[in-house]
Amino acid sequence: MPWTRDEMAARAARELRDGMYVNLGIGIPTLVANHIPPGMTIQLHSENGMMGVGPFPYEGEEDPDLINAGKQTVTELPTTSYFDSAQSFAMVRGGHIALSILGALQVAENGDLANWNVPGKMIKGMGGAMDLVAGVPRVVVVMEHCEKSGLPKIVSDCSLPLTGTRVVSLIITDLGVFEVTKDGLVLVDVAPGVTMDELRDKTEPPFRVHQDLKLAA
Amino acid sequence: MSVKKVYPNAEAALDGLLHDGMMIMSGGFGISGIPDALIDAIHAAGTRNLTVVSNNAGIDGVGLGKLIDSKQIKKMISSYVGENKEFMRQYLAKELQIEFNPQGTLAERIRAGGAGIPAFFTATGYGTIIAEGKETREIDGRGYVLERALFADLAIVHAWKADTEGNLVFRKTARNFNAPMATAAKTTVVQVEHLVQPGEIDPDHIHTPGIFVDRIVKLAVVNKPIEQRTVRKRVAA
Repeated sequence: MPWTRDEMAARAARELRDGMYVNLGIGIPTLVANHIPPGMTIQLHSENGMMGVGPFPYEGEEDPDLINAGKQTVTELPTTSYFDSAQSFAMVRGGHIALSILGALQVAENGDLANWNVPGKMIKGMGGAMDLVAGVPRVVVVMEHCEKSGLPKIVSDCSLPLTGTRVVSLIITDLGVFEVTKDGLVLVDVAPGVTMDELRDKTEPPFRVHQDLKLAA
Repeated sequence: MSVKKVYPNAEAALDGLLHDGMMIMSGGFGISGIPDALIDAIHAAGTRNLTVVSNNAGIDGVGLGKLIDSKQIKKMISSYVGENKEFMRQYLAKELQIEFNPQGTLAERIRAGGAGIPAFFTATGYGTIIAEGKETREIDGRGYVLERALFADLAIVHAWKADTEGNLVFRKTARNFNAPMATAAKTTVVQVEHLVQPGEIDPDHIHTPGIFVDRIVKLAVVNKPIEQRTVRKRVAA
């Protein structure tokens, strides 16, 4: 059975390490904040100028001057700091953010990422995604394994306009988890009941299976 | 007393600064920290063929959305414009140009413009369509794109507090693009929620020194709408 959105977020949360500064993208990545293990301290970065993003405010306590990069009202924590957009992206570009978890339209076997623009559809812009994938040392993609049409999103070469080249380290889908290595994709985890035939069928490039991974018969 | 930077209203603060075809930087992220009264004054002045540098394009009828509705904007330089339907319509009808910049590249182009740096190399966008037509260079084994600085005719900025010298304090995430934009224009006009006398802001707490600020207007009405109101329920004790 494929993982739910929440289970994918929980799997992504296993990439967190105590003391990390982390940027979470919009969508499933945002849910990762609900799965930070107890006792672990993580500072969440919001690229509009905040480190240490707190939960949504209680009703009546919303502050128009306190939003995240998705323009949602949030709250501050005792550890919070504010800064301007140029310094925010100095943190990103300078490699000071350890981990970026974001969504994708396509990921290629070499780690190329496309997540901002579908030709023929209205282009809304890339926001901070190109800066994040270029500057953050470890980029984790969380996405559905296939498009709604059934086409694979893990591809040999991205057909969509790129966000960055060779930037993705790990791909988490509803069916499994792949490491991107210089020798191609390696399957390191698989959702319960998902077969190798199904994964091979729904993944365009070939992949190897990690030696420690035990597969359902 | 350096009261000469203080103007009685937004219209007066922009007097003599507006001309057709000019480039304006407009602070804010989404509609948080946008210089709404100054945008309204540009709307009223009817200045046209504007190139506007702003991370976003407002939402319909709010902020820069007003200048889009009135077709005063010729070109936007932005990173994300998804929240404005009329913007989309004009863009698809080719009535409006858009130059997309990665958000960090946009912020750094502005910072560089204010700091006298004409261009800089960044890894952002290397190998993507953003790099097309731009000089690229390999430095220590990694590819970079040359990006040019931005410097505008006018920057319009929203700050929480200023003294009459123009020393600025921003509030929470409303600082965003306001601080770098204040440094990157021939003339910077700031609207503030609170105006105080010199000495009333601890010099150690000033975010933007007054040297970057030419004109100040205290808002008569502070109106700060919320784009995405997200809340959590109180759990009974």
